[in-house]
Amino acid sequence: MIPELGHFALILALLVALIQGVLPLIGAARNSTPWIALAKPAARAQFLLIATAFGCLAYAFINNDFSVVYVAEHSNSQLPLAYRIGAVWGGHEGSLLLWMLMLTGWGAAVSLFSRHLPASMTARVLAVLGLVSVGLLLFILFTSNPFERLLPGAAEGRDLNPMLQDPGLIFHPPMLYMGYVGFSVAFAFAIAALISGQLDAAWARWSRPWTMAAWIFLTLGIAMGSYWAYYVLGWGGWWFWDPVENASFMPWLVGTALLHSLAVTEKRGCFKNWTVLLAIATFSLSLLGTFLVRSGVLTSVHAFATDPRRGIFILVLLAIVIGGSLFLFAWRAPKVGLGGAFGLISRESLLLMNNVLLVVAAGSVLLGTLYPLFIDALGLGKLSVGPPYFNSVFVPIMAPLLFLMALGPIARWKNASVADMAKRLRAALVVAILAAITVPFALGAWSPLVALGLLLAFWLIASIVTNVIDRARTTAGGLAGQPRSWYAMHLAHLGIAIFVIGVTLVKGYEVEKDVRMEPDDTVTVGGYTFRFVGVREEMGPNYRAVKGEVELSKDGKVLRMLNPEKRTYLSSAMPMTEAAIDTGLTRDVYVSLGEPVDERAWSVRVYYKPFVDWIWSGCLLMALGGAVALSDRRYRLKNAANAGVSTTVAEGARA
Amino acid sequence: MSRYLLPLGVFIVLVVFLALGLSLDPHEVPSPLVGKPAPAFERPQLHQPELKFSPAEMRGKVWLLNVWASWCVSCRQEHPLLVELAEAKVLPIYGLDYKDQRGDALKWLHDFGDPYTMSISDSDGRVGIDYGVYGVPETYLIDKAGTIRYKQIGPITREALNDKILPMVKELQLQNL
Repeated sequence: MIPELGHFALILALLVALIQGVLPLIGAARNSTPWIALAKPAARAQFLLIATAFGCLAYAFINNDFSVVYVAEHSNSQLPLAYRIGAVWGGHEGSLLLWMLMLTGWGAAVSLFSRHLPASMTARVLAVLGLVSVGLLLFILFTSNPFERLLPGAAEGRDLNPMLQDPGLIFHPPMLYMGYVGFSVAFAFAIAALISGQLDAAWARWSRPWTMAAWIFLTLGIAMGSYWAYYVLGWGGWWFWDPVENASFMPWLVGTALLHSLAVTEKRGCFKNWTVLLAIATFSLSLLGTFLVRSGVLTSVHAFATDPRRGIFILVLLAIVIGGSLFLFAWRAPKVGLGGAFGLISRESLLLMNNVLLVVAAGSVLLGTLYPLFIDALGLGKLSVGPPYFNSVFVPIMAPLLFLMALGPIARWKNASVADMAKRLRAALVVAILAAITVPFALGAWSPLVALGLLLAFWLIASIVTNVIDRARTTAGGLAGQPRSWYAMHLAHLGIAIFVIGVTLVKGYEVEKDVRMEPDDTVTVGGYTFRFVGVREEMGPNYRAVKGEVELSKDGKVLRMLNPEKRTYLSSAMPMTEAAIDTGLTRDVYVSLGEPVDERAWSVRVYYKPFVDWIWSGCLLMALGGAVALSDRRYRLKNAANAGVSTTVAEGARA
Repeated sequence: MSRYLLPLGVFIVLVVFLALGLSLDPHEVPSPLVGKPAPAFERPQLHQPELKFSPAEMRGKVWLLNVWASWCVSCRQEHPLLVELAEAKVLPIYGLDYKDQRGDALKWLHDFGDPYTMSISDSDGRVGIDYGVYGVPETYLIDKAGTIRYKQIGPITREALNDKILPMVKELQLQNL
């Protein structure tokens, strides 16, 4: 009964979405107040209906209702409760429902926090979101219904993929989807602005907080996914350039470009067409990512069940949504005026370069991800593109980006003086060069790539410090008088620097060893000694584990015991590796169990990973920067009436 | 106007490729071993571990080497087809029991039926490495000269059996060594 209720809620949600998608749009065009007024209640009702459906599916999982196909395929009565809840989005159908929950959640949020927007604008934004919902709901109801019954019901479920039985499953997908799908709001604002022809600073001001919120979630979501891969897969890597990872990384890159471009449009009124295009591109890449992941056109470690009908359906959806938006862009954009002029060297031009580099980076990821598909489609053979391509393409794009990142905040709007900037950043450059020369030696060995990474990271940090000192000296209010958005920018940029340090040092100095160990054997990496004590068997709630005992010591002093595990889940017999990690500020040491070699000996993998946690700490700082920016009152709730360009330009000149 | 149409144009090209991509199967990776001699090995038989088996014994016969394991779910899917094929006595089917426990494997064959002329244990997966096994199940069609002629990745489907494997078997059996 409950699953049918959920199914019914989905059908109702489709009807509400149709109303939300069509009537307010007509209302806004004809200036009909009652039709415009439909948008907000419809958006909220739709969210409640999807939440109901989602709740029904969760209920079926919690109560082990194996008469629902989706539950029988992704759960098991032995599965702990937390994972039964996580299993709701552990498969195709449920993760689409999660997608919808997020989409309608963002729609409901727009309906609640848009009191200061003109009613017709809100109506158009919500209508665009409603139309996206219609497409997704049709997709769910026709090809991926999570409430389909299995009659008679199965006695036992097939169980959740052991790879997913980890706390990461509970937090990572919702966080990632919040970000991914959150860009739908920026997209809806862009489409609404194109439809109404009001592509101005006010539009940019309205979309900024929404874009920022989505970006924060996406940043956290990607970081979590990366950390999850790091400790669960047992390979010690943190990013694999897997198509599914790329699918979330491309919207992040373009979304980051969008954030910066929106700032220019808001403050200076230029880049309007470019910003609109970026907003469309960001969400389009989110949709494309969904297509790549859900259709099975690419192979990935995230193996998903594929069904050709689904692929065609979602491709058609993609073509309508993205094709339609780009058509609208081609039709409307030529009429949009240019903004204020700016010099060759100015904050505008630097931000434009930032945009171009980020978009090129996203383009190269897209190319690398789809290249095997292109080649195959042209009948030229089968190949796979791996980390070598991405690494060799990415570094040359990121290096100039990082270099310019230090200049942007220092440059003035409209026209900046090169001589002045050079004078201010002279000290920073010296610090960066010194660090690049000396630090690698201090860490053991000098290599050009490590030096380059450190050069850029220290250049960025030193420029931030310079900027902060200058500001404290020259402005009347001192540091306390600076707007939060100013702190936010520096925090996020510092996050990038920390991230770069982490990546550089881990790439440059990590040590890994695969060894055969018998009890009492020792192995030493990076100054840490591992002594293999032995293994013992243990029972988990739904798995058997072989638990290794490895004693970690340094300079003869025992630090702690590490317990890597090899788990065999009762339902699938697929062995899973749980690495044991000792986390530290400047290094991780990492042990994972391989295979038993004979009765006493095991193959054991040990890693020494210097500064690896800086990678995720950097991401956290970026997200924190975003959160601080959101809390800036200027940035957040500004009355549309006094969001005039003149005041913002004055603020911009100060900023 | 034309430069504003550029994004749309790029997108249309992308959609065309994605549409083509849907009809392709990314899992269908050609095996570098097709056309090469089947790697040699000598491994204990599953039922009588004291006896060994080596592919050299199969010279002069067209045979299938099916990689399976008791822990493999997809193997259950293809299993009835293998049993059917064995009953039709078209060609000998040899099973390579990959990374498995002997007891589990014997029980599995007992429960689901044994289509194999003989099963060979590859408990540590060494033979699997030599044969480039991506995942279980996989099946190799080997000709009289000991050359791999076809590789099926994933479970054998009825279409693959009727359209590809059986016609090839018929043709290969007619060839003289």
